[in-house]
Formats: sequence, C-alpha cells, structure tokens
Amino acid sequence: MNEKTTSGASLFGAFTHKEIRHILRDRRTLLILLGIPVIQIVLFGFAITTEVRDVRVGILDPTPDVATRHITDRLLANDYFTFAGLFSSPAAVERSLRRGEIEMALVFAPSSPGRITRDGTVPVQLIADASDPNTAALFTGYATNIITAAAGELAGTPEESPARLLPEMRLLYNPAMRAAYNFVPGVMGLVLMLICAMMTSISIVREKESGTLELLLVSPVRPFVIIAAKIVPYLILSGINIATILLLSVYVLDVPVVGSLFWLVLVSLLFVLVSLSIGIFVSSIVRSQVAAMLISGMVLMMPVVLLSGLLFPVENMPILLRWTSHLIPAKWYIAAMKKIMIEGAPVLYILREILVLVGMGILLLLVSWKKFNDRIA
Amino acid sequence: MNVITTELLTKRFGTFTAVDRVTFEVRRGEIFGFLGANGAGKTTAMRILCGLSKPTSGKAIVAGHDVATHPDHVKRHIGYMSQKFSLYEDLKVWENIRLYAGIYGMRPAEIKAKSAILLRQLEFEDGRDKLVRSLPLGWKQKLAFSVAVFHEPRIVFLDEPTGGVDPVTRRQFWELIYQVADRGITVFVTTHYMDEAEYCDRVSIMVDGRVEVLDSPEQLKKRFRATSMEEVFRHLARGTTRS
Amino acid sequence: MKTLRFLLEKEFKQMARHSFLPKLIVLFPTLMMCLLPWAANLEVKEIHLGVIDRDHSPLSNRLTHALEASGYFRLVAFPESFPRALEGVTSGATDVLLDIPPRFGEALERGEGTRVFIAPNSVNGTKGELAAVYLSAILKEFSVALRAASSPVSPAPAVEVATLHRFNARLAYKPFMVPALMVMLMMLLCGFLPALNIVGEKESGTIEQINVTPVGKFTFIAGKLIPYWLVGFAVLTYSFLLAWLFYDIVPVGRFGTIYLFALLFVFGIAGFGLIVSNHSATMQQAMFVMFFFIMIFVLMSGFFSPIKSMPGWARAIAAFNPLNYFVEVVRGVYLKGSGVGDMTRPLLALSSFAVIMNAWAVWSYRKSR
Repeated sequence: MNEKTTSGASLFGAFTHKEIRHILRDRRTLLILLGIPVIQIVLFGFAITTEVRDVRVGILDPTPDVATRHITDRLLANDYFTFAGLFSSPAAVERSLRRGEIEMALVFAPSSPGRITRDGTVPVQLIADASDPNTAALFTGYATNIITAAAGELAGTPEESPARLLPEMRLLYNPAMRAAYNFVPGVMGLVLMLICAMMTSISIVREKESGTLELLLVSPVRPFVIIAAKIVPYLILSGINIATILLLSVYVLDVPVVGSLFWLVLVSLLFVLVSLSIGIFVSSIVRSQVAAMLISGMVLMMPVVLLSGLLFPVENMPILLRWTSHLIPAKWYIAAMKKIMIEGAPVLYILREILVLVGMGILLLLVSWKKFNDRIA
Repeated sequence: MNVITTELLTKRFGTFTAVDRVTFEVRRGEIFGFLGANGAGKTTAMRILCGLSKPTSGKAIVAGHDVATHPDHVKRHIGYMSQKFSLYEDLKVWENIRLYAGIYGMRPAEIKAKSAILLRQLEFEDGRDKLVRSLPLGWKQKLAFSVAVFHEPRIVFLDEPTGGVDPVTRRQFWELIYQVADRGITVFVTTHYMDEAEYCDRVSIMVDGRVEVLDSPEQLKKRFRATSMEEVFRHLARGTTRS
Repeated sequence: MKTLRFLLEKEFKQMARHSFLPKLIVLFPTLMMCLLPWAANLEVKEIHLGVIDRDHSPLSNRLTHALEASGYFRLVAFPESFPRALEGVTSGATDVLLDIPPRFGEALERGEGTRVFIAPNSVNGTKGELAAVYLSAILKEFSVALRAASSPVSPAPAVEVATLHRFNARLAYKPFMVPALMVMLMMLLCGFLPALNIVGEKESGTIEQINVTPVGKFTFIAGKLIPYWLVGFAVLTYSFLLAWLFYDIVPVGRFGTIYLFALLFVFGIAGFGLIVSNHSATMQQAMFVMFFFIMIFVLMSGFFSPIKSMPGWARAIAAFNPLNYFVEVVRGVYLKGSGVGDMTRPLLALSSFAVIMNAWAVWSYRKSR
C-alpha cells in the first residue's frame, strides 16, 4: 500500500516534469501565453476608448457673416472638432462624407447678412456620417450644445441671465471614463480560459493523435495521474498570468484590489479548475488537434468574449442571450471578480457565483471522466 | 555508370558533424544498402541526396545533377519513401497515386491506366477506393513504395522501409524491390535489419558519420571473416564513439 | 502549373473529408451571424433615467416631464436618496441619474442660479456620455425657455440646429456591426485554417514526401491558398445572404466592390496564415501565434471602438492592420454606398498587404534546410 502510493507520487512527478519540459521547449508559445495578458491590458487600458476626438468637420457657408463665423469659430475651437475644409456645394459635402474625408458638415442656409439678429433664428444643419451610430450621436450632440451656446452669445445675453441652471457632472465608478473596472476581470477570465481550456485540450488531443496517449494508457499508470500531470504546468502558467494581470492593473492602470486577495486567488483557482475540466471535456469528444483548436478557439472563445460582458454589456442583449450567458463559466467568474476586486464585496455576496462554478466544474469533470473511461473500456 | 557520386560530403549542425567527409558511388541499377547504427548519420546523408537538406561542404551528384545547386533537377528523377509513413491518410489509395503521379507531370489518362496495372500487380484492386488510414501497416508501406516509383525515377531512396512490419510482409516488400531493380531503377535503401543487408548488391556501413566500408556482402564477410552481415556490423560498430 | 490542378484536387478532397471542417465552415458563420449582432450591440435605444427629486415643486415636475417628452429617456426610477439611486445604477437598471436639489424651483423663480447633478454610469462609456450630452442639451433648453418666459424682452433661442444623420438615419447599431462581422468571419476562417494546414502536414510527415518532388514553391503555396480563397468567397456570399434574411441589411453600394476587396483581403490573410504555418514547428504553436495576432488585429480594427479615438501610438500600429481597412471598406459599401474610387487608400493598403504576405509565404516555405 505504502509502496504503491510512493511510486504513484514519483510517477506523477516524472510526468509533470515531462509536461513542463514540453512547454518550456516551445519558447514561442510560452512567450505568447505570457504576453497575451500584457498586450490585452495595454490595449484595453490605453488604446480602446469610445471617446470622441478630432472629428473632421467641413463647413458649407454660402453667405458668411459675423454670426455664422462666430458659430463656426466656436465649434472649431473645441477639442472635439477639427477643420477639414470649406465646401461650396451640398454635392461636394456628400462626396466628402462618402469618402470619409469629413465626418460632419456644418451647413448654413444662404441668407442675407444680419438675418440672425433681426428675426431671431438661423437655420443651421449638421450633416453627420452616422455609419457609426454611437459616435455620430455623440459628436452631433456635442456640436448642437456648442452651437446653441454660441447662438446664445450672439443673441446678446452673454451677461448673467436671471434663470440659470448649472448642470454639474459627477461620473459614477470611474472618473477617468476608462472602463478598466470592466475589462480587468474580463481579461482575467479570457486569459485563464485560453490557457486552461485551449492548451489542455490541444495537448491531450495531440498525444491522442500521435498515439502516445494510448501508450501511456496501457502503461500501469492510472489515467488520473496522466491527466493530473498534464494539468500542473497550466496551473503554474495561470498563476503567473493572474499575478501579471493584477500587478499591471494595480501599478499601471491604478485599479486597486479593494476586496480580499485571498478570495480573489481562491475563486480564480476555482475558475482555473473549471476551465481545465472544459479542456479535458473537449479533448474527450474530439479526435484531431484541428478540431480541438477550432472548438476551443472559436466555439468556446467567441461566446466568452461576447457574452461575458468584456466588450459588450450583457444587459443590452435579448433575453435568450442573457439566459445563454448564464451557461458560460467565465461570466460567473468575471461577475465574482468585479465584486471582489472593485466593489470589495465580502465573500457572502459571491456565494452564488462560487456555487455555480463549483457545480459546473463537477458536472464537466463527471461527463468527461465518463467519456474518457468509455474510450478506454 | 554511376547515378550517385559524392565527394567529401559533410553536414554539420552547429558543432555536431552528422555526416563527415563521405565519398562513394552508386552504380546504375544496383540495390545499394546504406547501413549504420542509429545516429550514425544515414538519414541525414540520405536527406542531402534527396535535396531535402543542404550539405555544409562537399559535393553530391545525383542523377547527373548537383544536389546543392540544382535540387529541383534532382527531384525530378528520384523517388523517396521516408521512415515516417507519409502518404495522405485522409485520401483514398487511388487519390494518393493520382496526386503524386500528377505532381511528376504524368497525364490523367496515363495515370489511370498505369494505376490499374499497378493495383492488379499488387493484387490490391479492391483496395483502390479505401482510405489509406484504414489500411494495415504492411499495405501502407507497399503502397508508399509503389507510389515512390510510380513515375519511373532513376533512383528510389528508401529510408528504413520495413520498420515495424512482420517477416512475411518484409519478404514481399523485398520482392517488390527486386522487381523495381529489374526495371533498371537504382535502389538506395537504409535498414537496420542485417538479414536485409544480405539482399543488397553492395553495402556501405556508416560509423560516426563516416562510411567505414563499402563492398558486396560476400566480400565484406570474407574480409571480416564473418558468417553473417550481423557479425560484420557488430565488428564495426564496436569502434563507435556515439551511442 | 499543370501540377497545381492535382494539388488543388487534393486539398479539396481533404477538406471535404475532414470530420469537422465542412461543418465549421457552414455552422460557424450561421451561428455568428445569428447571435453576434444581438450580443455585440451597443445600440443606445433608450437611456434609463433615474430622477432624484428632492424638491417636488411645479418646476421640478416640469423638468421631469420635459425629459420624458424628449424621447431620449425612459424614466425608470424616482429614488428618494442618492445611496438608493446608486443601487439602481449598480444593478444596471439605471443608466444615468439626475439629482434635483431641494428648493430648486424656489431658487429658479427668485431668479437665482441653482445646480443640478448629472451622474452617468460610465461603465458603459458611450451610453453614459450620450446621456450626459442629451441631458445637458435639455437642461439648456429648459433654462432658455424659463428665461424667455420671465423676461419677454430678451430674444428667444437664436438658432435652430437640425441634424441630418446620413447613411444610417435611425442610428441603428446592427447595420454598423453586421458588415464588420462578415469581415471577422472571413478573417477567422481564412486565417486560422491555412495557419494550421502546412504545419499539420509537417506534423504528419506528408510534407517530406511533397518536398522531394519537383513541385515549385510558388505552385505549392498557390495550391494551399486558392482553396481558402474560395472558402472565403463562399463564406462571404453566405453572410450576404444571412444579413439579408435575418436583418434585412443589404449594401447601398455594389456587391462587386466588396468582392474585389475581399479578393485582396483573403489573399493577404490566408498568406499570413501560411507564413505562420511555415515558421511553426507544431500546430499548437501555429494556433497560438495566430491567436495572438488575430487578437491584436481585432482589438485594433475599429470593430467596436473607433480607431480615431485611440492615442497616436495605437493609431500608428492600426495603420498596418489589414482588418482595419477591410472593415472600413465593407461598412463603406454597405452603409454609404462607397465605390472603389472612394476607397483608394484601403485599395492600396490591402493590395500591398496581399502582395507582401504572399511573397513572404512563398519565400518562407523551404523545401530544404
């Protein structure tokens, strides 16, 4: 009995060693696995924003006067807008919009000079390239506000008006308007899923394909040891990646971990185990590496990216998709991480997430275990 | 007439010299056994001769062309069967034949006629539409060999063609080799079965990247006062420095 | 060139016989086109507004009604306190809060200035920002109207801004997303599959057998490329069909324009896949290298956030991103009806991409080492 366990342990050690050597030998893949979280944090943190800037504006002003010049100057003085040309006809405006040379045109109707101050209104038209609807809505909104204000100045009431309403902005959650709070947990979920589910499934199927798995399975080693040994290196890799993401998030993005680090690590570990079981499950249903990659890369990754709330808010989705998103482990993990990291919620608040993840993990393991054994039998 | 001539052929990987100043000739139409222990450098030497690997120095002329400067001229006149089975497993038998014959520029009608003859000779007509994946190893190897000589190359290179098959199939395989040699195709074969070495017209034995001896099996046995090639080989292998 | 025919025949047979690929080529686009436009939806249809009215005066009521009447907002909550209001924001039920202070109406009637607080939930940046923009516009209008009422001498609003949203009048998100989705599909299928192809032959050893034949590098690469090029076209055509069936989205411009650019894009991206494949030793490696690049391509493509909003360094990188150009092209044709003449820059960029990638693919395929 005793002898058997020691030999089991040493076998486990030997297998783990073999797996680690496999991974270390493939420097390029290793570099990429370690680099992915860094790149993602940098891109999400510093490159991807929906902020509006440098909107290229064309001006069509057939009869320029003091008023239209004032409005134009006010608009272009704003940081959001840059001047991109004077136009002489609506057709030219249209052409430039289509070619993407300008995104918005400020169009004044031809009128006799001084008309504004006389009868009080001047028709101003904003023509926007609305192919990107949200950006267009934003910059036309800004432009309208600026023009209205400029017209107010013209109307001769620059002094304190009697009834003044001062709107004051107070941004909730992240004053920098950066969605770091949203994407850091998302990146963690994505990266763990990538390493654990994808790498594990590929590396198991690879052995299946080359026939070495059969060889191992007919050896006296228990299948459990083989699979467990395969998992260890990915556990280590996941740990390194979580650490990288947290460090980057705290020191580069200034997103502090408000809640308990202990629970954060523990829940991450739980998610890692669930992802590993997904990897094992995938490897139990496919035969070829190509299939394993495509399933884990496209069929698994896609929903994670889309339905986890990393890029798109789940609340906006139709009910059917919101329901589907409940089936995605990463969604629960990301929700739990948000609560721990950002809101600093105590563990009781994430009990539901933890239970769901535990349930999913057990279910996946049971199914793949059965599949695995069926194959051997 | 020599179909292969090498002169001080050398291949180094870093500081490791896999093939060390090898010089030999292979005559037209002979079955040339290329022997050596694992790691002696035979596969590397063979890959150079096939144009798969570039020599570090030295020269090799195969089928009248220099392998280093004109590998594609060489490739037109050779056939090759690698150690690792290398037909497409997900193609049918006839599809594999058609693919390789087509690559060598044979016309579809010609391919069709010739593959019918080939399958009849192999007594494998009902295997025509089978996926290669489903064939037993012995058949796969016979098929790979037949594909390698289908376009009537001047030389066919066989890298341990009978690895892992039973003695009966090995015997059948050698029958095929003889038939091919009778057609005037030179056969260049590596093997580590010493009984197979006896079937060759001439044999070279590589030790530590160098060709130690090159002669007919009879002469070699006489020279080392051995009763079998096995003994000759063991005698030479004793001097090896590589494991 | 005669040999190319045999190589193509082989690739197609292998593809058709694969246990998974044909299914993937049909199912994946179907699934993506069915689901993604619903999931990848940042459409701001109605902004959920919560009003904390601490005043309960006729004026604060009037403001609330003005907000409701604007058509931009749906009033979902009237919480009594700020903490309660925050709960609504946390749960995602409320997008923006308007905090009307006590004695708001009184102050306005007495002609004093007063402040209101706007608190958008900035987790969904666009929505929060839009909410703020709309809110301040309405507040301004409200204030101007009040002023006009109190002092009839001062003139009414001097300007009327009419906004014309060209190319997408209803500001719908799907017509914006669906064309980009087609590009994504093509990139995923025509990028990953070639990347796995050559390295797959390396792993199974069949490439050795090809390498000892006189097949030219160019013929070999062409034999690998053309099948994916056809797959790309099939997928594109299928996506056109699905877009029309499910979302009634058809291009304003010509299909021909998209096909022309697709020809270049698929050649380029498939060539890129082949380069990765040539340089990789294992399929696993090829997969991850490809994943890495595609991730960067997608994130920096303007797929969901405009490239213009990015900082300079990111825009410089994005200038080398082929996806970026092709997304621009397909959106341009679908929404704006752009023709080839309108898109000379993408044409140039994608052509060079295709040429460079394939020259590199041919160069990096080594028959001997």
